[in-house]
Amino acid sequence: MDQARLDSILSRYGGEPYDLIPVLQDIQDGYGFLPKEELKVVAKSLQVPVTQVYSVATFYKMFSLVPKGRNQLKVCLGTTCHLKGGNRLVDSLESRLGVEVGYTSKDGEFSLETVGCLGSCAQAPVMMINDKYYARVTADKVPKILKMYQ
Amino acid sequence: MPRFESVDHLTQYRREVKARLDPERPQVLVCAGPGCLPLGSEEVAEAFKEALAEKGLDAKVALKSSGCQGLCALGVRVLIRPQEITYQKVTVEDVPEIVETTLVNKAIVDRLIYQDPATEAKSAHKGEIPFYKNQQPIVLRKLDILDPESLDEYLALGGYRSLRKIFFQMTPEQVVDAVESSGLRGRGGAGFPTGRKWRICREAEGAVKFIICNGDEGDPGAFMDRAVMEGDPHAVIEGMIVGAYAIGARQGHIYVRHEYPLAVKRLKIAIEQAREAGFLGKNILRSGFDFDIKVSQGSGAFVCGEETALINSIEGFIGEPDNRPPYPAQSGLFGLPTVINNVETWANVPEIINMGADWYAAIGTEKSKGTKVFSLVGAVNHTGLVEVPMGTSLRQIVYDLGGGIPEGRPFKAVQTGGPSGGCIPEQFLDLPVDYDSLQEVGSIMGSGGMIVMDNTSCMVDVARYFIGFLHAESCGKCTPCREGLTQLKYIYEEITSGRGEMEHLTLMEDLCRAMASASICGLGQSAVNPVLSTLKYFRDEYEAHIKEKKCPALVCRPLLKYTIDPETCTGCLACVRECPVGAISGVKKEAQEIDQELCIKCGLCYEVCQFDSVKRE
Amino acid sequence: MPTKRLADQVKAPTIEEVGLYINGIFIRADSSWTVLQAARAHGFEIPTLCYHPDLPPEGQCRLCVVEVGEGDRTRLVNSCTYLVGKDLQVQTHSERVIQARRIVLELLMARAPAAELIKDLAAQHGVYETRFHIDDPEERCILCGQCVRTCREIVGVSAISMANRTPEKQVATPFKEESEACIGCGSCAFICPTNVIPYTEKDGIRTIWGRDFELQPCKVCGNYIAPKAQIEYWAEVTGDPVESFLVCRDCR
Repeated sequence: MDQARLDSILSRYGGEPYDLIPVLQDIQDGYGFLPKEELKVVAKSLQVPVTQVYSVATFYKMFSLVPKGRNQLKVCLGTTCHLKGGNRLVDSLESRLGVEVGYTSKDGEFSLETVGCLGSCAQAPVMMINDKYYARVTADKVPKILKMYQ
Repeated sequence: MPRFESVDHLTQYRREVKARLDPERPQVLVCAGPGCLPLGSEEVAEAFKEALAEKGLDAKVALKSSGCQGLCALGVRVLIRPQEITYQKVTVEDVPEIVETTLVNKAIVDRLIYQDPATEAKSAHKGEIPFYKNQQPIVLRKLDILDPESLDEYLALGGYRSLRKIFFQMTPEQVVDAVESSGLRGRGGAGFPTGRKWRICREAEGAVKFIICNGDEGDPGAFMDRAVMEGDPHAVIEGMIVGAYAIGARQGHIYVRHEYPLAVKRLKIAIEQAREAGFLGKNILRSGFDFDIKVSQGSGAFVCGEETALINSIEGFIGEPDNRPPYPAQSGLFGLPTVINNVETWANVPEIINMGADWYAAIGTEKSKGTKVFSLVGAVNHTGLVEVPMGTSLRQIVYDLGGGIPEGRPFKAVQTGGPSGGCIPEQFLDLPVDYDSLQEVGSIMGSGGMIVMDNTSCMVDVARYFIGFLHAESCGKCTPCREGLTQLKYIYEEITSGRGEMEHLTLMEDLCRAMASASICGLGQSAVNPVLSTLKYFRDEYEAHIKEKKCPALVCRPLLKYTIDPETCTGCLACVRECPVGAISGVKKEAQEIDQELCIKCGLCYEVCQFDSVKRE
Repeated sequence: MPTKRLADQVKAPTIEEVGLYINGIFIRADSSWTVLQAARAHGFEIPTLCYHPDLPPEGQCRLCVVEVGEGDRTRLVNSCTYLVGKDLQVQTHSERVIQARRIVLELLMARAPAAELIKDLAAQHGVYETRFHIDDPEERCILCGQCVRTCREIVGVSAISMANRTPEKQVATPFKEESEACIGCGSCAFICPTNVIPYTEKDGIRTIWGRDFELQPCKVCGNYIAPKAQIEYWAEVTGDPVESFLVCRDCR
């Protein structure tokens, strides 16, 4: 457990119980997941029960208690994307990457998840890889896009 | 940016900025809104930078990235001012031609302008295109011409004018009166009268009060709030300052969903700029009024769009809604009186103050005043954001603005209000869109998502989809919603897999009645709308799934069958490569065959076949 | 959070009464009371599941719903959280209320088929079987949260909480491991209305939530008092020395 790294995150806030979620967001962004030991220290530092930290960590979809892949794929399954073949896109990615939705590939390279809506509905089907948006992604476009990350 | 210590100082500065910004100066505005960004608008902007430099025009022509320019289906969009020429589907390759033809030779690039899908008539100017012509933008009006990171431009367009009026010409009471008289109703979905909410909070006991902006736009298909937060963040801030003054709050929060990182970034920049200018902080414009805003981020929970769940989230808890009463206006954030309003609601406030309540109340219908921003998506030619007066009919929105259904397919339904809304069939196309009329036909306004569906959509699948979404997002606190959605999900799986029975329909109706009245919050209460509206208007589709085990729209996978037509198959093996389970086999360059035992009916082969050889029935 | 909200509302000092109507009958009640408290004090029966008089109300089971309002402007509200008000009209057994309660019980019968309490309550409401799909025939937990609230509010250690959202909502220890905060008191097991929480005692060891607790025998009679961890907690909270808790009540 890297105390210094965690301290630098905690020092951005006032140490109040209501800082819990912003702190967890920073840890998730920085570490790629929420390590158990860090969470226990956060609980003590912000004076909230560990149970509350655990409830929050499991309630919100952004948080992951296990490390995610180096490349995070988020396929939009919002209404428009669903109607325009978002599910086929998921099938195609699962098949090509050998990963099921909600999991990370064994080599830690790719994690695949679906999200409710990315807000680019006019360009369905949409997906994000890390911070980049890809629009109108039909099955034929998948190999080329994946190649950029392999 | 100077810190404005008085209204006169601000007025003077605004005059100077306006003078600097020559309205006749040519501008190239590349849309960087939610629709065009994933299509490569950043690369297009870069290309313009290079092309203009090459022609020596970079000093003469102002190049900017703007907020959403509306007609997202035809992005990347580029607006040329002052002529108001709007180009569509612009790629990096088109840029040098645009620079040469339009900026140098003042002519139009014909192939890049709008063409009416029905009449095939071409229009180069915004004012001639029905999609734009038929709108009445109040909230969206600055999006396509504004650089969202420039406070100067916002000021030049009249930004923060309302502050002079509220601080020095109106009492907080009068501000509440104005918002109440305007008839503004909450744009987040429930449509509660905004002025009344402000009044309740203003009159609540206690010296410490809060303002919250709900930017947790979670409805799939809706991106209005995203466009406003990214494209005109100062409008939201200005509205919140007015609200804070009206109710007596010193602290505000803007809660933005996690999936909108650009909106968070733009809001934070705008807040910093506003602080620097003295619009936020202590003694704003020497009015004696203090107010500041903090940005909080969501963490991936649709339910946090519900007021009390959102508040619990800010407090560091899980996003479970609370039983009400008490309502947030009396007991909200940290148990203190809180006004929480949607992004679009806040963005309307400055103009209501500037132009007056009467002006706003003159727009719209008797009980639904003003305009509404809709995200028109799905099976419609012109998908994108539109803002129209309340009372505009569905037909006008789908056909006049939306340009009708692509490939001339028949209209089937329009789904409004997100997962909490209902599906409205053809017979109601002339319905004037407002809060009450939508409720009467079993839907809701919601945040403004409007999804058009044609005959390639299966209405049972649509309901199943929404129930699945709500099930995954339900917080799980109360029995009717948690268990109800679980059971509805199971029943829909049965029906769409060919195991449905007519009793299932009665069971769903019984269940929905209880969920609608006994769930704690809107998520559970309104989850019944997609179910009941499709049962009411599309019962025949349910019966086909149950009695004939068939999906008439050819959507529900378990009820489909994919085969390859040996006559037309060329043996190119594209489908073989695509099949996730290796169900297709055959000799190369000869007809392939699908093994029905292995086939999972995903439809990928159907999607990639270039020869129309894969048949679906 | 419910705890806070109720605390805001309960204004202790003045005793003010209001008049309201339950099932058409006029009653008077303390203005700080909930409809449930007022109804029960006057002999009206309202069934509950997640409610406990010593715990802050959660309002999650929705069994205690009542119909309030008049004419066509009525709605269902939780009687356990809704405060009484002047001239409030309350129906505890209207058609809408009964329909909602029956569905709630039918849903819970499907969720927790092994919970005897639910079967009994359902039978009292004329529901003898459920039309809904049963996933786990052994399940007894109805997610009422009394265990979580007891641990947090009464015991004060918060050793368990609700994890996840609807698809996998469950009561759990942090990270589903041994809870460091747990003192082995067993209050959660005691309060659980459907006997879900397993704990065993054998050879001076109590096992609860997957953790073993050494039991402290009485220095005089040798009977077990409580887990050592719990006694240490009592000492910490009261400030009294540990020794004062090592003799059982009977032997003092």
